[in-house]
Amino acid sequence: MIDFGYGITRSNRLNLDEADLSLARKMARREKSFATCIGCGTCTAGCTAGHFTAYNPRKIQLMILNGQTENLKEDLKKCMLCGRCQMLCPRGISLRSLWSKLYRALDDGRKTPAVTRDIF
Amino acid sequence: MKNVVIIGAGVAGLTAAARLKDIGYNVTIIEKKTYDGGNVASWDRLFPDSRRASRLIDDVRRPLGEGVTIHYDQRITSLVKMKDGRIGVGTESLGIIHADALLVASGFSLFDAHLKEEYGYGIYDNVYTQADLESMFSSGKVLTRSGDIPRRIGFVHCVGSRDEKVGNRYCSKVCCVTAVKQASEIKQLYPDAQVYCFYMDLRMFELPYEDMYFNAQKLYGVRFIRGRLCEAAEKMDKSVILKVEDTLAGQTLNLSVDMLVLMAGMRPASDTARIATMLGLHCNKEGFLTPVDIFSRGNETEVDGVFLAGTCTGPKTIPQTIADARSAAIRIDEYLKKRKK
Repeated sequence: MIDFGYGITRSNRLNLDEADLSLARKMARREKSFATCIGCGTCTAGCTAGHFTAYNPRKIQLMILNGQTENLKEDLKKCMLCGRCQMLCPRGISLRSLWSKLYRALDDGRKTPAVTRDIF
Repeated sequence: MKNVVIIGAGVAGLTAAARLKDIGYNVTIIEKKTYDGGNVASWDRLFPDSRRASRLIDDVRRPLGEGVTIHYDQRITSLVKMKDGRIGVGTESLGIIHADALLVASGFSLFDAHLKEEYGYGIYDNVYTQADLESMFSSGKVLTRSGDIPRRIGFVHCVGSRDEKVGNRYCSKVCCVTAVKQASEIKQLYPDAQVYCFYMDLRMFELPYEDMYFNAQKLYGVRFIRGRLCEAAEKMDKSVILKVEDTLAGQTLNLSVDMLVLMAGMRPASDTARIATMLGLHCNKEGFLTPVDIFSRGNETEVDGVFLAGTCTGPKTIPQTIADARSAAIRIDEYLKKRKK
């Protein structure tokens, strides 16, 4: 193909109509308290992993809802499951349960190292 | 027997009328529309307990009985403070009624959603206001313009509220709760529908409201996206495509909905300015009537014998309106007893 010297820049907008929201639906079923997030950010402010990395539990929730799942699994590995987010959440969301169920959901149909399976 | 004239047969006017009648005054209500109940008359169900609006109006109307006259379809032509301290209330068909005390309970009008042209109300087929949706709930048919069951519904909070561009900087107070109520009702009707609420912040200020919000999330799966709708456009299939930022994610979104519901805010009723001018009452910059003191004299005006109740002084919920109207009735009684001596 001839290189005309220009390309097409992809839109920065997320098209929610075309987004794959299967994970959001799955998580809504598996951890019902997940739906009640009010985006206050207490979890993120108190997150042990977030203290040293860019880990942001509040945004993980939004990435699930908006179907942005590509990097979720890598991100989630930063979580040490200390449960501080759950202790702090004013809405009473079972966050530790959410993270472990999320990890499993992301792993559906894939081979997982036994050691990871034990942790989550 | 002393005469009290009330302007407006809405929830505030009817409530105050019943109290004043019980105390022993001769009460006359002047109403511009052909029915009572005001804005509530066009509603289906009310938050927080989903009671029927018609039932509430019945409850407010029932104690009136004899001794309260309601004149419908009236236009007030003159309001004059007379030498003897009474107020002359003039209308086209009734002539002049002499009132020992006048209660202004002229209420509110919904913000005209046409003014937010970028949302397409009156332009696109499937853009509605919360009042339109209430009518649909009343009729039992919540369908798109072409008669289909909507699969995706979006609610836009703060339409004509908190918006300098339309001259309304204030919060209309009841729309957030109404959106949560209607979003939940839509999900009760169509459990498989995807419902979005676009909000700037959610003002769930009374005890039961936070539970309504919690249930909307947990029981009904309503998705709350923090962000103000930027613009809407109609697609070929008559669905409405929305441009909004999910400000919590820092992500701009495009999505389409089959129905877009605009939560229009509260404006002072159309005649408020005219009434204020005729009597020399004060209006604030928003156009609502202002009482002498919002803490201690919330129903009084600078004009002797003229009192205020309900949403003519600013957005209120129905329980607040009822409490305000009862308080106004007590103040009027105190005033009239003092005058007798």
